[in-house]
Amino acid sequence: MPTATYVELLNLACGALLATAVLILWRRQFAAIIRWFGVQGVALAALAALLAIRGHDARLGAVAAGVFALRAVALPWLLRRALARAEAAALQPQRETRPLVNVTASLLAAAVLTLLAYAVSRPLTALTPDSPAAHAIPLGMAVVLIGFFALVTRRRALAQVTSFLLMDNGITAVGLLTTASTSLIVELGVSLDVLLAVGVLQVLTGRLRETFGSTDLDELRELHD
Amino acid sequence: MIDALMVAPIAVPLLGAVAYLLIGWRPATAWLAAASAALVLAAALALAVTRSGHGARTGLDGQILADPLSEFMLIVIGAVGLLATAASPAWLRGEIAAGRATARTAARHSVLVQLFLAAMAAAVLAASLGIVWVAIEGTTIVTAFLVGQRRTRQAAEAAWKYVMICSTGIAIALLGILVLNAAAAHAGIPAGLDLAHLAAAAPRLDRGVTRIAVALLIIGFGTKAGLAPLHAWLPDAHGQAPAPVSALMSGVLLSVAFYAILRVKAIADPALGTGYCRSLLAVLAIASLALAASLLIGQRDYKRMLAYSSIEHMGLLALGAAAGSAAAIAAVLLHMLGHGLAKGSLFVSAGKVLQVTGTHRVDGVRGLSARTPLLAGCVGFGVLALIGFPPFSLFASELGIARAGFATGLGWVTALALVLVLVIAAALLTHVSRMLLGTPAGPAAERAGAGLAPAAIALTACAVLGVYAGPLTTLLHAAAATITGTP
Repeated sequence: MPTATYVELLNLACGALLATAVLILWRRQFAAIIRWFGVQGVALAALAALLAIRGHDARLGAVAAGVFALRAVALPWLLRRALARAEAAALQPQRETRPLVNVTASLLAAAVLTLLAYAVSRPLTALTPDSPAAHAIPLGMAVVLIGFFALVTRRRALAQVTSFLLMDNGITAVGLLTTASTSLIVELGVSLDVLLAVGVLQVLTGRLRETFGSTDLDELRELHD
Repeated sequence: MIDALMVAPIAVPLLGAVAYLLIGWRPATAWLAAASAALVLAAALALAVTRSGHGARTGLDGQILADPLSEFMLIVIGAVGLLATAASPAWLRGEIAAGRATARTAARHSVLVQLFLAAMAAAVLAASLGIVWVAIEGTTIVTAFLVGQRRTRQAAEAAWKYVMICSTGIAIALLGILVLNAAAAHAGIPAGLDLAHLAAAAPRLDRGVTRIAVALLIIGFGTKAGLAPLHAWLPDAHGQAPAPVSALMSGVLLSVAFYAILRVKAIADPALGTGYCRSLLAVLAIASLALAASLLIGQRDYKRMLAYSSIEHMGLLALGAAAGSAAAIAAVLLHMLGHGLAKGSLFVSAGKVLQVTGTHRVDGVRGLSARTPLLAGCVGFGVLALIGFPPFSLFASELGIARAGFATGLGWVTALALVLVLVIAAALLTHVSRMLLGTPAGPAAERAGAGLAPAAIALTACAVLGVYAGPLTTLLHAAAATITGTP
C-alpha cells in the first residue's frame, strides 16, 4: 500500500472513532447510542486491519478479526438484548432522560477533552515521531477521555455500560496505534475480561430493575455516609 | 517438583470450583473449600522453604514466576483464604437455618470463592504485567455476584458500584500497561510486559512516556486497592458482601492489588528515580488516611466501620511504599499479612454478630460481652490488633513503616499520618466499646461461639507473628529486595 493512501485511510479510521465517540455523547436514545457504538467497533476493526496490512502482520490480522467479533458484533448484540428487555419491562423507548450535563455543555467538554488528549499524549507521539500511527494516538486518548466523561455524567445503567465500553474502545485504539505488540494471551485475557464484565453488568442491570423498579442510578441512595 | 508447587495454588482452587460445580454443597463437601485453601497455604510454604535463598524462577513456558515476593503473597492468600473458608461452613449453615440461603446458593457461593482464590493466586504468580491485570480484573468479575449474593436493594446497589468503579479503575491501569508497553517496545525490551525484563531494563525506558504510564497504573490499581480518591465502592461492597467474602476481599484482595502497585514501583523507580512514585503514593496515603478518619468518627454501621479501617490500612501500606527503603517494604509486607489475619477474623466475627443480633448498626449491638463472651472476645482482641496494640504484628509493622518514613525524609507526612492513625484508633475503640459493653440488648445467645475457632486461631497467629516472625523474616527481606533491587 502506498504511504499516502495508508496515512489517509488511517486518518479516516481514527476520525471515525472520534466522530462516533462524539455522536454517542450527543445522542440520548439508547437505540441510537448502541448503533453508533457498533459503528465505532467497525472503525476500530478497520484500524486494526489497516495496521495489519501495512505491517504484513498475520497476528495483528487475527486481532482485527477478534476486535470485529467482540466490538462490532458481540457487545452491540449484548447491549441490544439488554435494551430489548428494558423496553419489554417498561413498555416505552429507553433514553437518557436527565444527564448531569446538557448536550451543548457535553459537546463543548468533548472539544476541551480532545485538546487535553493532544497535550497529554505529546511524549507518546514524540517517542516514534516518523510513524503516522503515533500521530493518531491523541485521537485514541480523546476517545478514552470522552468515554470517561460520558461515564460520570450518564445516569442510566445501560448508558453507563456503553460509556464504559466507549472508554475501552479508546484504550484498545491507543494500544493498536502504539504498534507495540503484546502477547496473544494478554490480548485474549483482556477481551475475555471485557466480555465477562459486560455480562456481569447486564445481569446486575436486571437485578437493579427488579429491586429498584428502574435503572436510573440516582435511585441508588441506600448506601452512603 | 517446584513446578508442581508453583502451579498448585492456581490449580487446586480451580479443581475445588469444579468439584462444587459437580457435587454441590452438602455436609460432605462443606470442608472442601477449607481443604483447598489449606493446600494453597501448604504449597506456598513449601515453595518458600524449598526455594529459600534462590532468585526468581519461571514456569509454564515463562508464563508464571515465583520470586520471594510472589511466594510471600501466596502465603498471605493461603493464610487468609484458610481463615475465611474455615469459617464458611458455620456461616453458611447459619444463613441456611435463617432461611437467607439454600444449598444451591451455598454451592454457588463456594464455586465463586474457589475461583476467587485461583484468580488471586494467578495474579501474584503471573510473570507478565498483562496477566496480572487480567487476573485482577478476573477477581472483580467473580466477586461481583458474591457481593450481590443477598439480592436486596443494598446488595444490588453495592454490586453495581463495585463492578462499575473497579472496572473503570482497572481500565485506567490497562491504558497504563499499553503505554508502558509502547515505552518498552521503543527501548527494545523483548516480550513487552514481562515483569523481570521490564524491571531489569527500566533505566532505558523513555522518561516522559513512563511517567504517564506509572501515574495511570498507580491510580488504576489503587482503585482496586481501595486508595482514595477512587475508593467509593469499598465500604459498600465490603459492607454488603457475605462475611467470609468480606474477610477475603478486605484481607487479601486489597493486598493483591497493592502487590501490583509494588511491582509497578519496582519498574518505575529505576526508570524515573524514587521521587516520582514517592510523591504520588504519599499523596494517596494521606488522602486515604484522612478520608478514613473523617468517615470513621461518625460511623454507625460496624461492617462499614471495618471497611473504612481497611482504607486506613491501605493508606499505611501506601505510606510505607512511598518511603520505599528495604526496611519499609519489609514492614509493608508484614503489615499485609497482619492486617489480613486481623481484618479477616474481624469480618468473620462481624458476620457472626450480624447473625446473632440481626442488625448492622453499632448502637443496635449493646452488651455483647454479656451475651456472647467468646464472640465479644474475638471482636475486642481483633480491634486491638487492628489499631496496632502489641503484641500483635501490626504494632511491629506500623512501627517499621513509621520509622522508615522518618528515616527517608517523609517526616511531616509520617507525623500527619500518625496523628490520623491515632484519631482512627480512638474512633474504633469508642464504637467497639459501645458494642461490647453496656446492658445487653437481648438474651444470651446459644451456640454463638460455634465457628469462631478460625478467627481465634488467626488472631493468635497475628500475635505470635508480632513477637517472633522466625524464618518469615528472611523471606520478608528477600521479598523487599525484589522491589528495591538491592540484594
